[in-house]
Amino acid sequence: MSIPDDVRTAPSGPAAPTSAMTGLRTQRVMGIETELGVLHADVSARGTEPTSSIALSHLAVGAYALLAPEEGPRGQRVRWDYGDESPLRDARGFEIQRAAAHPTQLTDEVSDAHLPSVDLDAPLRSPDSPPQGDDAAILDWASQRSIGNAVLRNGARLYVDHAHPEYSSPEFTTAAEGVLWDRAGERIAQRAMEILESIPGAPAIALYKNNTDGKGASYGTHENFLLDRSVPFDRVVAALLPFFASRQILVGAGRLGLGTRGQEPGFQISSRADFFEEQVGLETTLNRPIINTRDEPHSDASRFRRLHVIIGDANLMETSTFLKLGMTSLVLAALEEEQRTGEEILPRIALEDPVRALRDFSHDPSLQATAPAAGGGRLSALQIQRAYAEAIRDRADLRDPETAEVIGTWIELLDLLEEDPRLAGDRIEWVAKLSLLESYRRRGGLEWDDARLRAIDLQLSDLRPERSLFAKLVAAGRVRTRVTPEEVERAVLEPPRSTRAHLRGRAVAAHPTAVASAGWDVLTLVAEDGASARIRLADPRVGSADWCAQHHVDPEAEPAEVVAAFRRALEPATEITP
Amino acid sequence: MSQQSIYGSGPAEDSGDLEQSAGSGQVSASVQGADDILEEIDLVLEENSEAFVRSFVQKGGQ
Repeated sequence: MSIPDDVRTAPSGPAAPTSAMTGLRTQRVMGIETELGVLHADVSARGTEPTSSIALSHLAVGAYALLAPEEGPRGQRVRWDYGDESPLRDARGFEIQRAAAHPTQLTDEVSDAHLPSVDLDAPLRSPDSPPQGDDAAILDWASQRSIGNAVLRNGARLYVDHAHPEYSSPEFTTAAEGVLWDRAGERIAQRAMEILESIPGAPAIALYKNNTDGKGASYGTHENFLLDRSVPFDRVVAALLPFFASRQILVGAGRLGLGTRGQEPGFQISSRADFFEEQVGLETTLNRPIINTRDEPHSDASRFRRLHVIIGDANLMETSTFLKLGMTSLVLAALEEEQRTGEEILPRIALEDPVRALRDFSHDPSLQATAPAAGGGRLSALQIQRAYAEAIRDRADLRDPETAEVIGTWIELLDLLEEDPRLAGDRIEWVAKLSLLESYRRRGGLEWDDARLRAIDLQLSDLRPERSLFAKLVAAGRVRTRVTPEEVERAVLEPPRSTRAHLRGRAVAAHPTAVASAGWDVLTLVAEDGASARIRLADPRVGSADWCAQHHVDPEAEPAEVVAAFRRALEPATEITP
Repeated sequence: MSQQSIYGSGPAEDSGDLEQSAGSGQVSASVQGADDILEEIDLVLEENSEAFVRSFVQKGGQ
């Protein structure tokens, strides 16, 4: 049985459940991506230049993608399909010419020896067979070919971005799912390290979930939110600037050292704040803006915008990930509701200088810092966050358990921060970090710039279980967790059910060699007779478990059957011709 | 800004140390556990902190 080409799905349903009658909810299509710090595990092998980061990043990605038995046949991985990704499309409605862009902005040109086929009818390239031989031989082959991209069975993308291994979670629709598939990324990083360590001759590596080396380099943890394109972007910017400048007091990871190089001793709330220089802009690697305008919805651009949030910290604390996704999604829900009804829901707060406020708030763990408001007066981060939280609470659907939990925790933690930040150390990451550093410092009578304290700051984010200081805090019961190790293991093997990641991940797990490539909005399947079809997914909810059940699509069926089922699902829509 | 008292002039200003802010049961309880955790950390903290911190060099990313 052969597969017909060019199967397209019809758009189905609205972007997010509208909140018309029920009130604001956290649910929407979201994702979270993390660039990891990467180093030789052996400190003496590191040198003082980051020359090996790219090579080590490829080793990390290659080791997991090609050699983890749970990810399919040895030596093989599902290739990434860049789909219709166009990083230079700008949310303000204009495009920067490619030639004028800084080279590091061209993320779709990051070297990968295997740029996937993107042509519908083109025959697939001959398979790039890995060598027969041991793990070291496969790894060596992978390094030579710069294999730096793979689609995982949980629907995630694992790849080399710039000089860091990056885990891009599968799409999900709740903050709770976000925590789980973010943690799955940590587990995958651990597996990569374990695999490398087991291969004779391969360098053992250490991966860190943090945002800076303390020497001027920063790498990101990005959240992604799909939102209704009808909300004017100016309104998104106005509402998010004060929100993003201040949300760090709840979800900041904490950082030792002030300034991009940590040149001044001291502790600050956010690990990213000092690396931001603009209010709004397209760049992510230089002149970083609080609001990033990269606009690749990986879906129908006439209905959806993807908000690419680059200001977040890499969080180890599960409450922080839960809250930053939930809070931000609720602010976006409020914006959508304002647009729909014409009512004012969110507070109209404008800061005179949001970039300055971001930094001032971050540098003041006492939370007394204030920033000048545009209309006069001054506001603290606590005041701004309280205004957002209360405005949203008043319009939220509190019968929705996750929405109620996000808002309840948001307000409870603001209360605790106001009373005494130390009371919130079990759920606010920067507080946990600061409390630990403070007691360590006091016990040894250390100065704030002592190397031991800096080492603790870095080693909290070490993802090796035996080295991780954060794991010690968890084991000691000093921080709350939301998910169990068993749940995390399952999230490594299974995609979320709520989005097209379900289709992608299930297909990859069931037929790793029949999925020629996959991307956020594309899936290319090859039938037994070699015919291939590329399914394009204009809506991230197409391919969810519910959608598949409704449309009788079984992602684990033979590829030809999956494609046939998509064709049948399409039929009613194609009958309507305007 | 001085970070001598790291939490600065919050409501607990005059109790700059964890031990002293014993007004809250939770805080006292966590202080009790604090020494245990510090010992745990001593066991796994990179031996040569100075060299470890110096060797932690990354290329910038997004």
